[in-house]
Amino acid sequence: MSRELWKEMGLTQEEYTKIQEILEREPNEVELGMFATMWSEHCSYKTSKPVLRTFPTEGPRILQGPGENAGIVDIGDGQAAVFKIESHNHPSAIEPYQGAATGVGGIIRDIFTMGARPVAVLDSLRFGPLKSKKSRFLLDGVVAGIAGYGNCIGIPTIGGDIYFHPSYEDNCLVNVLCIGLIDQKDIAKGTAAGPGNPVMVVGARTGRDGIHGCTFASEELSEDSEERRPAVQVGDPFMEKLLLEACLELIKTGYVVGMQDMGAAGLTSSSCEMASRAGTGIEMDVAKVPRRETGMNPYEIMISESQERMLVVPKQGKEEEVKKIFAKWGLEAVVVGQVTDDGFMTIKEGEKVVARVPAKALTDMCPAYTSEAVEPEYIGPAQSYDLSTLPEMEDYSQTLLSLLGTCTIASKEWIFRQYDHMVGLNTIVQPGSDAAVLRIKGTNKALAATVDCNARYVYLNPYAGGKIAVAEAARNLVCSGALPLGLSDCLNFGNPGKPEIFWQFKEAARGMSEACLELETPVTGGNVSFHNETKGEAIYPTPVVGMVGLIKDLSHVTTMNFKKEGDIIILLGENKDELGGSTYISVIHGLEAGNAPEIDLKLEKLVQRSTLELIKEGFVTAAHDCAEGGLAVALAECCIAGNIGADVNLTDGIRGSSLLFGESQSRVIITVPKEKIDAALQRLKKLEVPYKVLGNVGGKALQIVGTGWKLRLDTAELEEKYREAIPCIMNS
Amino acid sequence: MFKAVVTINFKKSILDPQGNAVYKALKSLGYESVRDVRIGKHIEVNLDVETKEKAEAELKEMCDKLLANPVIEDYYIEVSEVEA
Amino acid sequence: MRFGVVVFPGSNCDADCYHVVDQVMGHPVTYLWHGDKDLKNVDCIILPGGFSYGDYLRTGAIARFSPIMDKVVEFGEKGGFILGICNGFQILTETGLLPGALIRNPSLRFICKDSYLRVEQNETPFTGKYQSKQVIKVPIAHGEGSYVADKETLEKMEKAGQIVFRYSTSQGEITQEANPNGSARNIAGIINEKGNILGMMPHPERCAEAILGGEDGKLLFESLINWWQGGKA
Repeated sequence: MSRELWKEMGLTQEEYTKIQEILEREPNEVELGMFATMWSEHCSYKTSKPVLRTFPTEGPRILQGPGENAGIVDIGDGQAAVFKIESHNHPSAIEPYQGAATGVGGIIRDIFTMGARPVAVLDSLRFGPLKSKKSRFLLDGVVAGIAGYGNCIGIPTIGGDIYFHPSYEDNCLVNVLCIGLIDQKDIAKGTAAGPGNPVMVVGARTGRDGIHGCTFASEELSEDSEERRPAVQVGDPFMEKLLLEACLELIKTGYVVGMQDMGAAGLTSSSCEMASRAGTGIEMDVAKVPRRETGMNPYEIMISESQERMLVVPKQGKEEEVKKIFAKWGLEAVVVGQVTDDGFMTIKEGEKVVARVPAKALTDMCPAYTSEAVEPEYIGPAQSYDLSTLPEMEDYSQTLLSLLGTCTIASKEWIFRQYDHMVGLNTIVQPGSDAAVLRIKGTNKALAATVDCNARYVYLNPYAGGKIAVAEAARNLVCSGALPLGLSDCLNFGNPGKPEIFWQFKEAARGMSEACLELETPVTGGNVSFHNETKGEAIYPTPVVGMVGLIKDLSHVTTMNFKKEGDIIILLGENKDELGGSTYISVIHGLEAGNAPEIDLKLEKLVQRSTLELIKEGFVTAAHDCAEGGLAVALAECCIAGNIGADVNLTDGIRGSSLLFGESQSRVIITVPKEKIDAALQRLKKLEVPYKVLGNVGGKALQIVGTGWKLRLDTAELEEKYREAIPCIMNS
Repeated sequence: MFKAVVTINFKKSILDPQGNAVYKALKSLGYESVRDVRIGKHIEVNLDVETKEKAEAELKEMCDKLLANPVIEDYYIEVSEVEA
Repeated sequence: MRFGVVVFPGSNCDADCYHVVDQVMGHPVTYLWHGDKDLKNVDCIILPGGFSYGDYLRTGAIARFSPIMDKVVEFGEKGGFILGICNGFQILTETGLLPGALIRNPSLRFICKDSYLRVEQNETPFTGKYQSKQVIKVPIAHGEGSYVADKETLEKMEKAGQIVFRYSTSQGEITQEANPNGSARNIAGIINEKGNILGMMPHPERCAEAILGGEDGKLLFESLINWWQGGKA
């Protein structure tokens, strides 16, 4: 075996030696290709595994934690929500439309693989600032790609988050969360149990698409990444729609033993993972795999990443029934092999054995790496930067307008207008709120979902930033009236071989774990995306949290818009004199400095619990989380959404900039009708949660009065600034 | 074997938003000479028939029936003989 | 009144239409499979929204050749009620049951939002419960909803009162700003001469329940059922 081949495939000397040991011989090219893809970071999590093991993954609501195609949480009445988030960063940076589209397609397959009907998609996106042509090109293409795939397949894109920051300029992030609904009795798993059962390839034909996509995803983008464009697959949402309907119809028959999507590493990963989970082996003949191109060799067939394909293991004797269902949807279903009891992946081409490898060797025996973790040098100076010396802005009104017109804060309508967010007739809270809300037809329940991560906090203080990412996601769900149930994470970082990056990763995960425990939101799975770097520069560490919550009664659904003249505005939580990591110092002072906001998980939990209690007890007419831009932006958003003003008095003895624009955590704005205010305040006292009555809803302007200063802006002016920012840039 | 290339364009009277967008883009790239851009479809069909006339007749039928929409589109067919 | 919702490969509002007829209106409804030729004795056929055949070639172009469409055309020509929504409207123009065609939005982008419509014609089986010139809020969700037809056809439709809905402002003014997709004369929905086949780009099934933000679309289904029951009486 030439040294170049295993090196070219991205294996290390240590890994190559290990393969020789496992096989007790030299691997051939096909075997080497299978190991290379399965042992890539993307499939094996070899670097991240020791850290991921620290996440809490169990809880009374968790029906399926990490290790399957998606996580599952119990939502009562024998129903469950299936969800997972995944990244498609590198493909999107190279070819934004197809990269994003196939990202959507891939995660949707992960959901219906489990037998669930996908009911919603959310996206977490990161780009460079829109003043750059490249960022606009990427945003335009990614949004069109998400729309192109999601709209066509008929799954609503109901929300997401988006930030613009220079660190993502050449390495944008596209993370997609998909949620499905299922009756618990219909849950399917990705196992190839029962020796003798047939193994079938269904769906699209196999071509040379995306050969080595997962090794591509596991390396840095470079100048010649563009030349490797063939690695990007092309999606066919129409085909996937047919595949989705056929698979769900098949699952209803009860003939399915196991089923798995062919994602990264295609036929190789789907087959060996299914065998490994069941402790079986699989024997298959690549010559039987339906192909789109001629002359494909076994190696190419085994690692092709052609989209819209699934591997199905039905019960023996049901092959014809499977074929019939797929034929109804105009799709092929072909028996390519069978489950064996020897634990080996035996790949044949006709009669000839072209690869024979233990299934477990591919899935479980990749050497794990414990990278060195060293605190980066920037941390100390950044955290100790003295923000108290910053000049105080004179004109708070102007500052508020500037923040509202900042792309990261401004209305994202330009984006979600392009997504069909209504199909399915379940979307009862439109995109742009704290969380997206879906009713569950035939019940009085609803699901809430959100994706969140403020990467600036994580950059400045990965441990606190990790906690905040989880806390904010939970807070967003609570503000919409939901009890958070669990999360799926998408951990986007730079090259973990660098001790500083690995430190960010470890610290962020440590913070997330603590928050998950305290807030009782276990991790049900997710995805790690490393090597998000260009020219040696890493992105801001971005551990995106996708969280799902349950609204037990439709009457609890709460939105952020201020509703009625005279409603009393109350702030739960505490205003602190802190500006570190705020959008304010970044936009107004051009600084990425200070420490991340403090986060006290006990207080966080208390604020969330109190908010939810008050919502359930019918006190709350609007609720909104204080996030980027602080209290002032949060109030402005409530006014804009409600098309009504507010009068607010702030009496804290804190300088105006911190009070208005500081991003102190664990704060929620709620409104309570005047007639219920006494009872509501009593309730808050009893809950022992810190709170302040800020003022009341009404008029046509937002007015905030502090000690020695006043901010006053017409709602119409706020709205114009907020709504026009992104269209103004993108439509020019 | 014959190979037919069908070119389908919007009728002159129909607004072509894609063409307009590309027109503007070309102008902004400095191509001052550009007067008009129309974007259409290019479809290749291989047919196993005896004569060119037959190929053309079949293609015309296909266009009228499916490939083009006479309400908004015009089409143009070019047939050439190719190796089987 | 019995409804049938046609399912083409790629239809994605079929279940939504089914839900509204079944759960909101409480009338019998059945799916009609594109490959079948049996209309199952329904009284109204809904051609739902979606991306039949992936919108490949042209929207609705391939769907119109589905086996069931011969029967649908026959049904319509005999005076049966057909409601084409979004992709269903596109299919109806491709079959020639309705004049004109739908092309890409001038913005080249998919648009999903609430739109205001002015009811131009309430003397149809589909719109009897609306007031004349009533402004209703109905969502649109399409990339190719720009209605085109030649001048002669447009004039003819105007005269015959075949233009049923126009995009308008919330105050009912027909302006260019209120036209989301560049449709000729702000046309959002049209009916055939006989008055039994309605095609519209906006989605009435998406606003038939208060929880989804409005009930203006429900009146369309109510109108039809009302007409049907009156006709039988």
